[in-house]
Amino acid sequence: MTCIAQGTDVTPLLDTLMPMHLQIDHKGRITHAGPTLAKLRPDRDLRGVCLFDLFEVLRPRAIDRVSALRAQAGGKLQLRFAQPPKTALNGVLAPLGAASVLNLSFRMPVQDGVSDYALSAKDFAATDLTVDMLYLIEAKTAAMDASQRLNSRLQGAKIAAEERAFTDTLTGLKNRRAMNNILPRLVENGIEFSLMHLDLDHFKAINDTMGHAAGDHVLQEVARIMAGLTREEDTAFRIGGDEFLLIFQGMTDRGKLQSVAGRLLSRLEQPIRFKGKPCHVSASIGIARSVDYGKPDPARMMADADAALYFSKRSGRARLHFHAAG
Amino acid sequence: MHGLINRAIQCFVRDTYGEDCWLAVARDAGIDPPRFEAMLTYDDTLTDDVLAALGASLSKPQEELCEDIGTYLVSHPNTEAVRRLLRFGGATFEEFLQSLEDLPDRARMAVPDLELPQLELRECGRDLFCLMCKADHPCFACALLGILRTMADDYGALVCLDFVEKGPGRDLIKISLVEGTFAEGRSFELGAGL
Repeated sequence: MTCIAQGTDVTPLLDTLMPMHLQIDHKGRITHAGPTLAKLRPDRDLRGVCLFDLFEVLRPRAIDRVSALRAQAGGKLQLRFAQPPKTALNGVLAPLGAASVLNLSFRMPVQDGVSDYALSAKDFAATDLTVDMLYLIEAKTAAMDASQRLNSRLQGAKIAAEERAFTDTLTGLKNRRAMNNILPRLVENGIEFSLMHLDLDHFKAINDTMGHAAGDHVLQEVARIMAGLTREEDTAFRIGGDEFLLIFQGMTDRGKLQSVAGRLLSRLEQPIRFKGKPCHVSASIGIARSVDYGKPDPARMMADADAALYFSKRSGRARLHFHAAG
Repeated sequence: MHGLINRAIQCFVRDTYGEDCWLAVARDAGIDPPRFEAMLTYDDTLTDDVLAALGASLSKPQEELCEDIGTYLVSHPNTEAVRRLLRFGGATFEEFLQSLEDLPDRARMAVPDLELPQLELRECGRDLFCLMCKADHPCFACALLGILRTMADDYGALVCLDFVEKGPGRDLIKISLVEGTFAEGRSFELGAGL
């Protein structure tokens, strides 16, 4: 029993079910183009045109005769229009007596092919998922755009927050901004304190010879050493590339300060290991105490601690100096 | 409420009444910073606060505002994506109506946490349809009315729209299709939105 009545013209049926199909005769000439396929070449009557003039068959390779194409019946074909727009298409061929029916569809990314032509949903069979695919691509693109806008705003907010933050992200110590906040508060509240300005020697050489990862490691280790040798109420800051500051709240005794500074200097004389290799740094220290001023001024104390530091540096390796009272 | 919905309200105010109007509404509603992110979720009360502040500022009933928002969503150039996505529903206005039941699922394909109200379409006579909108928030059905009105124009269809019933979970809109192809309508080509 045959399913389709003998002698019935199947073209209207094929046009509905497969609007992108072609019918070709035994010589490879197109005898009919489905309505949507015809829209892809609106200026050309495809009837009578040789299939191999209209398309290049990309896969399987080297197919240029109908017999070779018919040998691939049921298998997946990849074709491309020979003339621009050179839209790529998928195809499947089925013999119909001596003739053949070649059904075609857009290839992924499907929007690239479709956007070259003025097509509407009616140009696709009602069961074809191409239109749903296009819907999904548009919907996902819109959603992704919204997500990306949010991401870039969050990224901007993160950078702004980091700028406002008081923490040095490399060492976890407080930064210069935090120092500028804390010092005036100590003075306003009449709290006695000492500033210890510490600067690493030979740090640039480590960055230059062993790389920035080694330099970063050294800074992190120095921060750890400083935290380990100071009390909980003392605060350590990284205020420049290799510059640190310690604030000792309520500690102004020269002997105690000298002993903390001495421990710091001798500890920093020991090499810091990075990936098994020793990094040799050293430090110099300058100290200013609030009790040496009638009316302590943070900016002046910082300048004085800095001057004491440079006096230390000029005096040799691993030295410390107090700013002279006056 | 999903950020997309809050963001739509924000864009509606900004594009229709200007940035200053939005900033004033946001201030009155206590939205700080004065912006909604499309891909975040917000407390439902914020949406109510914004709509209340907007209604007070423009001296317009909320229902009317929500209908305007619906119209805006499918007609303003800044929200062309919404119009295009709805036009995927079908080639004619009637097909578009039939596709509305799939809308919540289709929306979820793109944005998994976007919950739109369930819609049920019934044919209740020749060229007569009843659309049930099962939403908790009254704004949805009013916005839907604005969307339907504008989409009918988009398809070039002549329709009459009216509420038959109102209430949480049972908003019912009657749609009588006077003429399916009354005018030319706006074009919709596949792939043109990308």
